[in-house]
Amino acid sequence: MKGLLRWESVLFVLLALVAVVGSAATGGSFLTGRGAFNVGSDLAVMALIAMPLTLVIVAAEIDLSVASVLGLSSALIGALWNAGWPLEAILPFVIVVGAVCGAINGFLVTKLGLPSLAVTIGSLALYRGLAFVVLGDQAVADFPESYTQFGTNPVPGTWIPYPILLFAVLAVVFGLLLHATTFGRAVFAIGANEEAARFSGIRVKRIKFILFVLTGAVAALAGIVYTLRFASARADNGTGLELEVVTAVLLGGVSIFGGRGTIGGVILAALVLGGLTDALILDDIATEVVKLVTGILLLASVFAPAVTKRLTRGTP
Amino acid sequence: MRRMVVLLSTALLLAGCGGTTKNNSGGDSGGGQTQTTANPNAATAKDLKITFLPKQVNNPYFTVAQGGAEKAATALGEQLKATGPSDADASSQVTYINTAAQQGQNALLLAANDSNAVAPALKAARKQGMKVVTFDSDAAADARDVFINQASSQEIAAGQVKLISDAIGGSGEIAILSATANATNQNTWIDIMKKELAKPEYAKIKLDEIAYGNDDDETSFQKTQGLLQAHPNLKGIISPTTVGVAAAARYLDSSSYKGKVALTGLGTPNQMRKFIQDGTVGSVALWDPAQLGELATYAAVALASGQITGKQGEKFKAGELGEYTIGDKGEVVLGPPLTFTKDNVDKYNF
Repeated sequence: MKGLLRWESVLFVLLALVAVVGSAATGGSFLTGRGAFNVGSDLAVMALIAMPLTLVIVAAEIDLSVASVLGLSSALIGALWNAGWPLEAILPFVIVVGAVCGAINGFLVTKLGLPSLAVTIGSLALYRGLAFVVLGDQAVADFPESYTQFGTNPVPGTWIPYPILLFAVLAVVFGLLLHATTFGRAVFAIGANEEAARFSGIRVKRIKFILFVLTGAVAALAGIVYTLRFASARADNGTGLELEVVTAVLLGGVSIFGGRGTIGGVILAALVLGGLTDALILDDIATEVVKLVTGILLLASVFAPAVTKRLTRGTP
Repeated sequence: MRRMVVLLSTALLLAGCGGTTKNNSGGDSGGGQTQTTANPNAATAKDLKITFLPKQVNNPYFTVAQGGAEKAATALGEQLKATGPSDADASSQVTYINTAAQQGQNALLLAANDSNAVAPALKAARKQGMKVVTFDSDAAADARDVFINQASSQEIAAGQVKLISDAIGGSGEIAILSATANATNQNTWIDIMKKELAKPEYAKIKLDEIAYGNDDDETSFQKTQGLLQAHPNLKGIISPTTVGVAAAARYLDSSSYKGKVALTGLGTPNQMRKFIQDGTVGSVALWDPAQLGELATYAAVALASGQITGKQGEKFKAGELGEYTIGDKGEVVLGPPLTFTKDNVDKYNF
């Protein structure tokens, strides 16, 4: 009984529904290689950031600055490319800058003891502002095709977008980190009860700091993917994306209060959201309705765990 | 364990998608081959599936353009549908372009938010036979077949400078309130405006600042306020965007600057009528967006029917609009803009 009511199972059913109904409603053009490629390309950036952010939210913190770090990373790519840097140097540099952005968040949260919600609302504005300082309102687009094809073409012979390969690697890494290491157990412990975790010898501050650094680095990586996919480095890239990512994490069954959640659930949620959006657009449903459906799903995901908990408690 | 199952099945699902290789995609490669030679006498294809993709939905300007596109599609017997994102982000149109390709649409009418961000998706769509006509704001030239330009950029930009110069008596400080910083058309016009202002007849006019209202009503309103605060001697504002000029007119109308600071720009008669009639705004200019949508549709149908290929010098008929010739870089110019003043604004309804 308990197994059947797991949120992941619900998501799995939802995903199957999206696939079947989406395919039926769109005359079969949804469940094709191209369809999968489009869904994959559309959700990759959001799904990448969702991986480390899952750990942050399990630890009962939040990082709302991720989309701004993405924008800063994109702006830096453009500015450095204009300045004549080779991409081989720009890309690692940008990830380091992302990690530094994360470290600043982490420092403010752990050393100064500020709430991460307030800190990252501030850094959301700060990093986006920096992005505009770095690149202004230009759009840089003259990247070599050998690079942009990673964002726009599938792996030769398949319909797998390159960013999805990257995502698969991150999913395994963060899945193992959260579910198969002492670090992961500590993250859960912190989210469940920070005081208790501290008393049992877990280095709470250090772990949180690491989580913010990882999130910043992955957000910058997502900025690279975004920039290459659209062949357009801009300071306003990814505006508002943080809400999509948080939606995916929460829909994935991660508790906003911390202590509960799985990487698998978040992956499923990202697939549901990405698949649903594409199926609805393919079926010519208006954009506004797509947003509405996403909102309903998010509300449902907040309600459902509470309901399932009550139901499972009822069974002996 | 259960987690592992979830992870594994997800992986399998992803692999399954990947394994659905090109054999499955045969169906959606539909469309015709890219023709290299035009046949002006080819019959006009009926029942073509055409997607109308504006910069954003629920934008009054594009709603009017859509009306024109629908009119042409009905006249020719084609199926036209409109779709699009609710925000004018660089990336937000890409999903819709991919979707149109996936649906096997024959032609796409697009006003691009970012000329480069849409290019890879457009190239992929064209490879499978979809014809791409950009209008209002162009995409990279190698990513579309034809661009329908509302009026020559030179005519528009020079006209705006002339209108503001007349309104402020030929001397004083001015500012420009643009749309998004990367809008291809806006930036082209601004460049030409700067060149115009360098001419001796405009020597007494000084351009203080270019502000960006992001084609958002509230932002444009606030930027107008900011411009007037930052430049106390400002005598005139040019806002070459329908959203911007309407927001700027509202701000002027409600402030102490009314009647003291001149405003011109590109505005629709319906949005600007009140301000033109009460003297807040002397004149605005615009082409008829309905005709723009109409011409874009005729061009798309001519392309999909093989009557034109997008090469310079080819001609096509556009119903009541007459015959058009494709110019340099696949560009077609609708015609000179109209200027709306107190005297003629009531003759137009869009």
